[in-house]
Amino acid sequence: MDFAHSFALVLPELLLSFTGLVLLLAAAWGGDKAARQVAIAAAAGLFVAGFLLVPGLHFGTDGPATLAFGGLLKIDSFALFAKALIYLSAIAALMVAPAFFNSAAAGVERGMRAEYPVLILFAAVGMSIMVSANDFMSLYLGLELNSLSAYVLAAILRRDTRSGEAGLKYFVLGALASGILLYGMSLLYGFTGGTGFTAVRAGLTGEMGLGALFGVIFVLSGLAFKVSAVPFHMWTPDVYEGAPTPVTAFFATAPKVAAVALTARVVFEVFGAQVPAWQQIVMFTALASIIFGALGAIGQENLKRLLAYSSINNIGFILLGLAVANADGASAMLVYLFIYVAMSIGSFTALLMLRDDDGALFETFADIRGLSVTRPAIAWALLVFMFSLAGIPPLLGFYGKFVVFQATVEAGLVAFGAIAIAASVIGAFYYIKFVKVMFFDAPSGVVTGKSGAAHWSLLGLTALIISPLGYLLTPSLTDLADKAAASLFLAV
Amino acid sequence: MEGLPILSLMMLVPLAGAAACLFSGGNAARWIALGATLVTFVLGVVLWSNYQIGGPQWQFTERADLFAGFSYALGIDGIALMLIVLSVFLMPVCILASWESVQKRVGEYMAAFLFMEVLMIGTFAAQDLFLFYVFFEAGLIPMYLIIGVWGGDNRIYASYKFFLYTLLGSVLMLIAMFWMVAEAGTSDIPTLMQYSFPPGAQTWLWLAFFASFAVKVPMWPLHTWLPDAHVQAPTAGSVILAGVLLKLGGYGFIRFSLPMFPEASAQFAWLVFTLSMIAVVYTSLVALVQADMKKLIAYSSVAHMAIVTVGLFAFNVQGLEGAMIVMLSHGLVSGALFLCVGVLYDRLHTREIARYGGLAINMPYYALFFLLFTMASIGLPGTSGFVGEFLSLAGIYQTSSLVALICTTGIILGAAYMLYLYRRVAFGGQVNEDAAAMRDISAREWVMMAPIAAAVLWMGVYPESFLAPMRADIAVLDARLAAAAPASDAALAAGAPRAEAANAMPEHSSAKEGAH
Repeated sequence: MDFAHSFALVLPELLLSFTGLVLLLAAAWGGDKAARQVAIAAAAGLFVAGFLLVPGLHFGTDGPATLAFGGLLKIDSFALFAKALIYLSAIAALMVAPAFFNSAAAGVERGMRAEYPVLILFAAVGMSIMVSANDFMSLYLGLELNSLSAYVLAAILRRDTRSGEAGLKYFVLGALASGILLYGMSLLYGFTGGTGFTAVRAGLTGEMGLGALFGVIFVLSGLAFKVSAVPFHMWTPDVYEGAPTPVTAFFATAPKVAAVALTARVVFEVFGAQVPAWQQIVMFTALASIIFGALGAIGQENLKRLLAYSSINNIGFILLGLAVANADGASAMLVYLFIYVAMSIGSFTALLMLRDDDGALFETFADIRGLSVTRPAIAWALLVFMFSLAGIPPLLGFYGKFVVFQATVEAGLVAFGAIAIAASVIGAFYYIKFVKVMFFDAPSGVVTGKSGAAHWSLLGLTALIISPLGYLLTPSLTDLADKAAASLFLAV
Repeated sequence: MEGLPILSLMMLVPLAGAAACLFSGGNAARWIALGATLVTFVLGVVLWSNYQIGGPQWQFTERADLFAGFSYALGIDGIALMLIVLSVFLMPVCILASWESVQKRVGEYMAAFLFMEVLMIGTFAAQDLFLFYVFFEAGLIPMYLIIGVWGGDNRIYASYKFFLYTLLGSVLMLIAMFWMVAEAGTSDIPTLMQYSFPPGAQTWLWLAFFASFAVKVPMWPLHTWLPDAHVQAPTAGSVILAGVLLKLGGYGFIRFSLPMFPEASAQFAWLVFTLSMIAVVYTSLVALVQADMKKLIAYSSVAHMAIVTVGLFAFNVQGLEGAMIVMLSHGLVSGALFLCVGVLYDRLHTREIARYGGLAINMPYYALFFLLFTMASIGLPGTSGFVGEFLSLAGIYQTSSLVALICTTGIILGAAYMLYLYRRVAFGGQVNEDAAAMRDISAREWVMMAPIAAAVLWMGVYPESFLAPMRADIAVLDARLAAAAPASDAALAAGAPRAEAANAMPEHSSAKEGAH
């Protein structure tokens, strides 16, 4: 085992772990007064780690040279693509946090805690390991590192009951899901005799026994919980509503990317020889997520809760690309994932800008009535995100649906695609409710607070990406996604 | 004009105008919008005058590979040319119509209209299937806002209905497009128009496209969004809806359904005929009993568009030409009728027919214009309506005399409801004091109405100007459809000729003349 080579491959993770440890010490000695500096240092660390990914992303890496630590990790183009998205989301979660925690929005616990950036860093390390895992052991390691950080993040406002409730719910249900996943892994180990992805794959060729099938189903169920796909989605609205909004923005983006990438890797690299066994499951989950995500959102008054259902709905479309079970579908899924992250960051940033003079946040439809008159810039940005989430051209959200459905139809799953796209119209109903409330209703005029440069720049950037100008990005985005998807299928 | 990307320019001007309007206040926005639409109209005239009749089928083509998955490809034939000219002609009128009636959030309103214009031109000029879809579907956003922000009392319901109805219609078309592109290996519309899809697949593809276009046209029974949207939209919104957006459905049939799926079109011709016959009779009767002027005209739109669909699926040159002329004529006439309603609404803020009466006394010029457009809507010879309806019905008569018979009742019923409307509004005694006190149309309203009136008469007297650019394209389409055309029930068997002419009078000889 060539350690130098392995360490070179995991350089971003090493950098992030090291930064995390140093910042933990800084936080311990500096206290919460240093929180801002810690956050800036953490963002810088993430940025450098992201920068380290660029050469590999640009030229594409795959093959045996990407295996690290004797095949525990596999740092191929696919992992790099997912990591880039994760680091960008984490940076966004750091950017929006200080203004939230240092205002009345944080309730009695005003003041940002220095643990927040550190936890985000450790979660990012965990997710990096998740997306590059090539062995069930490293998969579980990464997953738990990410999950434990996330449980604490959800409950970071210790004296806020909603935050605590969200943390507890997330922890209990997350532990249950981890247990299911672990049980599935043990079944697979028992029936195939290995934990490495290649070994399990080799053991799963040909006729699959009932025990192994149970293993596959348990693993998929555990993963479905992590991506919050129906029928394992119940925790999402509660956790999203209860967690502090910057944390919700983080949950809606980075862990979703990691979990989706992990699921893709598992189904293609581990269960790649058993496509019929999992394809039906993923197809069902995708359709159910699209439909129930849309139906669940209709009655919601709370905007965070609504966006939680919206993310379930979007996961359905992402899984649609996965259900296609070929490289085109995987590439489409990655393109959608990128667009989804941009839309989610944008909409949560906009929610974070709905403040009163003290900085307390508004989170219901009643508060954003007539926003287009009082705060036109935020309202127009939200309009762009909502129409984009609904998949209306010429916004970039349409392009995500476009590639996913194109892959679906080209693979011959026409009826499946037709049902899914018809169900997407249900989703349009509540997205245009946003626009209706902001543009058609009489102003309630409660949103008066000013927002800082971090929010405005993030909002402007994501709105620009989602606007029709974003289509100019599509050739390079498709190129990167194609490379990433190709590296996923190299082993197959 | 060689090399100048005039189609892109025509989209760029309103787009820049829209951006400028968004950031400027009321009056400035009005003038920017008027300027941008006028420049675009001038460009449209340049486009028309540079279009070579009898030249290549696709002219002013532009192509750039900017996006992944589809390309930015523009180009027009005669059919698209005429519809683009119609759109850019109606836009300045719409801006003028909203000059005084829209007082809140003028910048955003004008921006929405200019953005709409970009999308309409793009839809007609797109030569890539997916680019077409993007433009086609994107129109939902500005129209949703126009109805929802500046509409009437029940605008929320109408805007939701409009949005969800049309969205559901078009998403299935997208799936069909993916299938077609996967099958044919290209998303280039001219290539696809010559591609022969397997007949079994054509059935499904046709139905998917039909779901979208039938909602847009709209065909009975999918028309219910239209009266709501029309009634609640501001005047200019109704003009654009009736004038151009409904034409997207007809354009879709003539550009996609007919040339791409000729066999399926023939197979489903009777479905179209049946729905159109019901629409002509039923919506005309519904129009007859409306108490709201806008609703009456909205229902008349459904009836007129049914004549379009009948003409399109007649599978012959007259039918196709007639359908195109009805579309152009209806765009002008129904737009003008909505303007006429808008003129009254601006003064009295009601569209209830019973609140008016005897307007010919205090508003003679208004009554004159209203009469002209009423007659054009009925299809009086000399107006554009006659040319289109005559050609359409002549076309369908060759295919089925039954359909022609039933659709012709639409003209009679049309005369009934339009004349009844006109009598109640313009003639009779002045029953309401406030209506009797209304002043005649202003200079601005003259500028709105007079060009449309001129165009209506021009199209009625000399339709050749409008038919000539489209003739070659319709001939190509007709040739493509010839093989699939359904059998005609008007095929007369040639009998033996008579010995004498029918009017011969053998017992009267010329010698007897002068005997008395």
